[in-house]
Amino acid sequence: MRSRAEGARLLTLLGLAALPLVVLGVFFVLPVSGMLARGLWPDGSLDLAGVVEVFGRPRVHRVLWFTLWSAGLGTLLSVLLGLPVAHLLYRRRFPGRGALRAALLVPFVLPTVVVGVAFRRLLATGGPLGGLGLDGSAAAIVAALVFFNVAVVVRAVGSTWESLDPRPAEAAAALGASPRQVLWTVTLPALRPAVVSAASVVFLFCATAFGVVLTLGGLRYSTVETEIYLLTTNLLDLQAAAALALLQLVVVVALLLVTQRLRRTADPAREHRVGHAPQLGRRDLPAVLVSLVPLALVVVPLAGLVVGSVRVEGEWSLAAYRALTRPTAVLPATVQDALVTSLRTAVDATWMSLLLGLLVAAVVTRRSRSRAERRTRALLDGLFMLPLGVSAVMVGFGFLITLDRPPLDLRDSPLLVPIAQALVALPLVVRTLAPALGGIDDRQRQAAASLGAPPWRVALTVDLPVVWRPLLAAAGFAFAVSLGEFGATSFLVREDHPTLPVVIYRLLGRPGDLNAEMALAASVVLAATTAVVMLAVERLRVRSLGAW
Amino acid sequence: MTPATTVEHAGELRLEDVGLDYDGVPVVRDVSLTVPAGGVLAVLGPSGSGKSTLLRGIAGLEPLTEGRVLLDGRDLAGVPTHRRGCALMFQDGQLFAHLTVAQNVGYPLKVRRAPADEVRRRVAELLDLVGLSSYDDRLPATLSGGERQRVALARALAADPKALLLDEPLSALDATLRARLAEDLRGILSDAGTTTVLVTHEQEEAFAVADTMAVMRAGRVVQHGSVAEVWRAPVDAETALFLGYASVLTGDAAGSVLAAAGLATGGDVAVRRSALRAGGEGPLSGVVVAARSAAEQLRLLVDVTGVGRIEAVAPLGSHLGPGDVVRLAVDATRLATLAPS
Repeated sequence: MRSRAEGARLLTLLGLAALPLVVLGVFFVLPVSGMLARGLWPDGSLDLAGVVEVFGRPRVHRVLWFTLWSAGLGTLLSVLLGLPVAHLLYRRRFPGRGALRAALLVPFVLPTVVVGVAFRRLLATGGPLGGLGLDGSAAAIVAALVFFNVAVVVRAVGSTWESLDPRPAEAAAALGASPRQVLWTVTLPALRPAVVSAASVVFLFCATAFGVVLTLGGLRYSTVETEIYLLTTNLLDLQAAAALALLQLVVVVALLLVTQRLRRTADPAREHRVGHAPQLGRRDLPAVLVSLVPLALVVVPLAGLVVGSVRVEGEWSLAAYRALTRPTAVLPATVQDALVTSLRTAVDATWMSLLLGLLVAAVVTRRSRSRAERRTRALLDGLFMLPLGVSAVMVGFGFLITLDRPPLDLRDSPLLVPIAQALVALPLVVRTLAPALGGIDDRQRQAAASLGAPPWRVALTVDLPVVWRPLLAAAGFAFAVSLGEFGATSFLVREDHPTLPVVIYRLLGRPGDLNAEMALAASVVLAATTAVVMLAVERLRVRSLGAW
Repeated sequence: MTPATTVEHAGELRLEDVGLDYDGVPVVRDVSLTVPAGGVLAVLGPSGSGKSTLLRGIAGLEPLTEGRVLLDGRDLAGVPTHRRGCALMFQDGQLFAHLTVAQNVGYPLKVRRAPADEVRRRVAELLDLVGLSSYDDRLPATLSGGERQRVALARALAADPKALLLDEPLSALDATLRARLAEDLRGILSDAGTTTVLVTHEQEEAFAVADTMAVMRAGRVVQHGSVAEVWRAPVDAETALFLGYASVLTGDAAGSVLAAAGLATGGDVAVRRSALRAGGEGPLSGVVVAARSAAEQLRLLVDVTGVGRIEAVAPLGSHLGPGDVVRLAVDATRLATLAPS
């Protein structure tokens, strides 16, 4: 009897997971494995010697080494710079705090191509910081990586810090510990899980960064991700691309397992109460000074972007913006059309990722009754996190080579791009929804059920009031991710209907006329659109991005 | 303050007209109390009376809006929490979950950079004092509620505080454990000889542990004195009820009961449940309305002539039931005369 009930629960679980599983299978596992197969079985037989040969190439060594140290350094700097900012933005009160939090979040969802453009403009010879000679240097790439990811550290650690029970720190102070001792012996140990898990996610983002490395690194600096792109598109060396992709997959899975383990140590039953943050005071001066560095890192490139878009041949002018509505020789559509395409695509990608994300979050957060059930949930949880780290280039190219024949001939389907983007956004959506759903005391549901509420009614009375804000926030994130997605989109986009990031990349590749200025102007439009969405998300005050 | 006064006030904790606000709302007002060196003061009050805020104010975790706190005769204004020498023990202990029992107890010694062997010796001593030797390597999560509170107490004592502040130290525990730990707490505190302020809403806890008692209500101290004094003569009806008196009688009803006890009439009277005893002779008479067996006696509700319905007790086995007519004796030591309201 008991085992039949258990079986029924497991069936319900799989039923809920069915749709996301099918979508993930067709649009992620199939393309990625197709891509791998193409490289590992070039002539229908397994060619391991070829793979070994790839890992022996000096350039591959350089690429691996660069990926490792740039991602490691980017992670370290993001954490070091992010901690003081998290302290100020989440443990102190001052006017303009909310706006600053939102502003810091913008880079994270900013299209990578735009970030590349912003840094290039700043560092190029003749640019505002051209004198530093950093154009095309590894330092520029690391700075751009930090620019992106400092927000992840700030938000993940900040929201934990904000809801940290103040009493252990008070107890330590009452036992004679000075503020510095409290920080080292109580606060930092309590934050450690959040810091480590934020760091591992940032490392993942850094190590798989695509657009920013492609625009800043050129051919000189290549990470595994950009190398896969170059090998696939420019050199048509699918074998090497597959070998690198396989390596990346293994590393990413290992990292995801680590983060998942770290995440599990956080006690879901712990009460999240937001303490009373004191006013900013003189004692915060060191933290304020340190915070100026990441703040400048975020503000300066963006300001440079805006300034650059309104300077045409040394004059202040809106010519670049006016040109956005006119057809040009290098583009199949006007920039304005591309924006409309981007927005349409983003709407589709958003509802898809929300639907999938909601199902996945519901599946992974329900309390398990048996060991088998718990294992199944953990496995599903990890599976749906995979798009977080697997090369978007691989997904994109995999789409092209596996979904090109019946019954799945989707090459010309307008849904292909939104589906790919939805999968890229899925981990973010799940990570926004899952903490909210998981934070609901199961006894609330049991109480509702015992009062006669059927399951749908339970969801309506217990889950919905808690989850609607995170749901809107997740929608915002998905929308922003979709607006900025470049890696997979660049492969899949239909020639006559490019999205905005694709258009920006193309404009950059064709210097002359007004193209450079137009790229900047288009970047400003894209950044502004994304910023507006993110500000709306911030207004919802969701503990988002807080529980990787 | 001259040094001479400091010596004279060694170990003494003194609150002078202390007031605290929370978010601009007054929570504590005009509290003046003195705890002599080694004394144990219980601040007793219902939840929301401001007693925990007062304790946090003494520890320096909330800023005073009025008045001052003196320890050893020294004004603590502007002294940060960690330099006050006031160890605060939280209601749920607040043990550091990432440290073992020994590391928790040794924490205040570590932050003062005590040598390792001294830390070891002192930790062993204190764990022995709270009856938890051999618990050194356990993590707080593996301890029972009572054990956790003992570790928290040992940790607070390890700070070698000038004043020990206990915020409802026993209320997170179940009733039997509470009674036993209250006994232990009294012994440990008197052995340690530390000036202590204990905040609680349980009068039993205050009786078991403290020498003096202050009753707080709505942010003010309404009564202050030795535990026996406060118990014998509550200042008003509300205090009497809070202290565990079963009911307060006024007017003629009060007169009848006081007269029956052989006391002067003219005031209100607070009556403990066991003050009226049925099943023998006595000056009052009444009709039993309800009867219920309790552990040691029969609990009755009696409609007493000239008094009204009131609770009373009878020996177990007296076979009283609704409708029986009984006579009642009054125990004067279980009454408290109050000033007429």
